[in-house]
Amino acid sequence: MRFDSLLDSVGGTPLVGLPRLSPSPDVRVWAKLEDRNPTGSIKDRPALRMIEQAEKDGLLRPGCTILEPTSGNTGISLAMAAKLKGYRIVCVMPENTSSERKQLLGMWGAEIVSSPAAGGSNEAVRVAKRLAQEHPDWVMLYQYGNPGNSLSHYEGTGPEILADLPSITHFVAGLGTTGTLMGVSRFFREHKPSVRIVAAEPRYGELVYGLRNLDEGFVPELYDASLIDSRFSVGPRDAVRRVRELLELEGIFAGISTGAILHAALGQAAKAIKAGEPADIAFVVCDGGWKYLSTGAYEGTIDDAEDRLEGQLWA
Amino acid sequence: MAIEVRIPTILRTYTDGAKSVTGSGGSLAELIEDLEANHPGIKDRLIEGEDLRRFVNVYVNDEDVRFTGGLETSLSDGDQVTVLPAVAGG
Repeated sequence: MRFDSLLDSVGGTPLVGLPRLSPSPDVRVWAKLEDRNPTGSIKDRPALRMIEQAEKDGLLRPGCTILEPTSGNTGISLAMAAKLKGYRIVCVMPENTSSERKQLLGMWGAEIVSSPAAGGSNEAVRVAKRLAQEHPDWVMLYQYGNPGNSLSHYEGTGPEILADLPSITHFVAGLGTTGTLMGVSRFFREHKPSVRIVAAEPRYGELVYGLRNLDEGFVPELYDASLIDSRFSVGPRDAVRRVRELLELEGIFAGISTGAILHAALGQAAKAIKAGEPADIAFVVCDGGWKYLSTGAYEGTIDDAEDRLEGQLWA
Repeated sequence: MAIEVRIPTILRTYTDGAKSVTGSGGSLAELIEDLEANHPGIKDRLIEGEDLRRFVNVYVNDEDVRFTGGLETSLSDGDQVTVLPAVAGG
């Protein structure tokens, strides 16, 4: 396949079957390999879509500064695109994210503002909103509320999966900005409404939920609960166990959040087996495991890995 | 009927600091009434009007109750209920 530039090569990722993790020939699990995008994560899709929309709308012009709260992948994708298009970029990132993410952001030229570990991404959003007020000329694309985020999945991820797997019965993805689930769900609701949309939400250690009061919680503006059929909370133990199984049985080296998504996908597979119904379950491999090696998730016992992930934003 | 309820840090002022407490009830609504009887004030932090508060997520055996019947979600002995504040990702 040939493209005019790296930016033109975003999307079009492979969908691969998992013959060993699938419970039967009638209940099959399929992995959408989003780590095959230019910077190695699914976030290349929304990042590019949001930038191009902002250019079209006249918000972004060469020399502009982009501002974004991010736990890593979106920032890395934006930084790559910003470098190629000539924008300066400032990322607000919680300090309890892996060091690889900071290094990668720096390599692609992003400036990093750290937000406090307690409160996780909620804090990053708050700090970024404050910075946006202080610098009215900066352009905050704001992945949590930018329609371009979910549109990139409505226009890309969803149609690609349906073309490769017309018999799809379930779609399972992670719930962060909610962009993937919202966009893909909207596409399936229009083109194959029988597809069940399942969300896997990472459950972190207590530090991450350390809010002062419940009214300071955060639900992304993009989120529409009617587009989801069920939602599961997956802790680090199940996420690590599954991400290791994915490598051990199918050879796929994925990031920790993918383990959480696979856990929810296999839960749907077990339900289908119990009900005696055929199923074709597609789930998202968000990124590769490279950025998370320093977290210790891939070595030692599961107990060790679980302890090491305590207090980290692992998804 | 014993149901384990995991309490987030910010609500432990109502449970004398306990990370998890035991309650009973055939539905989530009944369980919350039972919690309120032993930990006065906690119900108001979970419920607003007829529904869960916007930034409160409740899971029964890891599944979000907003997709299983909300406060009418049925419970049985040995279920595990987790309460968490809504947080961002991405």
